Amino acid sequence: MQQIINFLIRYKNFLLFAFLLFLSLIFTIQAHSFHKSKFINSANFLSGGVYESVSGIQEYFHLKTYNRQLLEENARLRENAKDNTSSIFEMAAIDFDTLTALSSTIILPESQFHFIPSQVIHNSYAKANNFLTLKVGAKDSIARDMGVITSKGIVGVIDHVSKNYSTVISILNTSFLTNAKLKASDHFGTLLWDGKDPNLMQLVDMQQQAQIKVGDTIETSGQSAIFPKGIPIGTIASFELEESKNFYIISVQLFNDMTNIGHVYVVQNEDLDEIKAVEAPRDNEE
Amino acid sequence: MKNNIVINSLRFLSLLIAQIFIFNNLNVFGYINPLPYVLFLLVFPFTANRSLFIFIAFLTGLTMDMFGNSGGIHAAACLVLAYVRPLVLRATYGVSYEYNSVKLSKGSFYERIVFISILVLVHHLVFFSLEVFNVSSILYILKKTLLTSVGTIIFCVLFNILFSTSRE
Repeated sequence: MQQIINFLIRYKNFLLFAFLLFLSLIFTIQAHSFHKSKFINSANFLSGGVYESVSGIQEYFHLKTYNRQLLEENARLRENAKDNTSSIFEMAAIDFDTLTALSSTIILPESQFHFIPSQVIHNSYAKANNFLTLKVGAKDSIARDMGVITSKGIVGVIDHVSKNYSTVISILNTSFLTNAKLKASDHFGTLLWDGKDPNLMQLVDMQQQAQIKVGDTIETSGQSAIFPKGIPIGTIASFELEESKNFYIISVQLFNDMTNIGHVYVVQNEDLDEIKAVEAPRDNEE
Repeated sequence: MKNNIVINSLRFLSLLIAQIFIFNNLNVFGYINPLPYVLFLLVFPFTANRSLFIFIAFLTGLTMDMFGNSGGIHAAACLVLAYVRPLVLRATYGVSYEYNSVKLSKGSFYERIVFISILVLVHHLVFFSLEVFNVSSILYILKKTLLTSVGTIIFCVLFNILFSTSRE
């Protein structure tokens, strides 16, 4: 007994060091696995509050850019709206009776997606695992696994939520994965980031039958239930066949400038729980 | 002693604030963010209780992790730095440091730079290995370690010269 105590006293520094190192390694490993609950994150009162007050000042310097982004988005939406109405009028002119007959039988489903606007109070992009902090939280009905987008493309997935703040796993995070497809066809692959260039992401497992060329648009596939279908991601910058010659490895130039993000929309999918419940038994069997 | 606590708390706060709001946003060449907050651990009083020092290093790292959403990589790197500091101190300043309670600013300029460089390199190597967390990108880790270390060392030496208490 005496010897054990002596041993503990003599090596107390090393034991303390080893214990704390072990603790921090556990935190690290949890941070590297997708969505593992961890205790240390910036969606808390202290760091959230600090980031918010600083971003309040920084915002003034970016107002010009944000205004331009909003104007561009407005212009695009206006154009879309014009296209839609004019096509309806054209159809109506051609065959008004058919249209009314159709509209009485087909009830357009209300969108299952809702968009919650939010301000970004912290953004990182130079690390291998990047996160954003948003100024919305549980009180704005934000929950884990919701998608985050801008008008130009996808940004990430909600990770931790506190009352007033939430953190987002950025698409520039080596543990981020999502499905993406070609805009022209329905060939899809897995979108991930290798941790190097903040403007380039990698699209792997794309079947080699797919007809692709540099400059093609990549968008979300709508398979993941996190992002709606058809959210733009980027264009093909280059591609090559992997060793087995069955799949393409495509590098995707992002539309979004991830280094300059001020305002985002959080995508709330009403059917998320239902989709999860349906898919859960299948996952268990695998 | 009281004075010491005040000085170290102030240094802790100012270095962390500078790190989080200035140096984390530098992005030199796109991805280099120096980490001069380690200066707090480098100049932490050499005579302090070693267990206390290790514990404080852990807390410093954990604070950085909280602001960076990085799990425990800062904490682990700071712990390793705190643990090897006495060894590096003995190697660079000689055996005498234990008796004379030297301060960092007492050593020659050359000794200071060697001391800072070794510890910063150790810290950054642990840090980036854990951040990238992939053995196959060892070259990328080494590149990032070296480039970031250069930045950190420059800022640490500058701060150390600027704020050293012995004005002559």
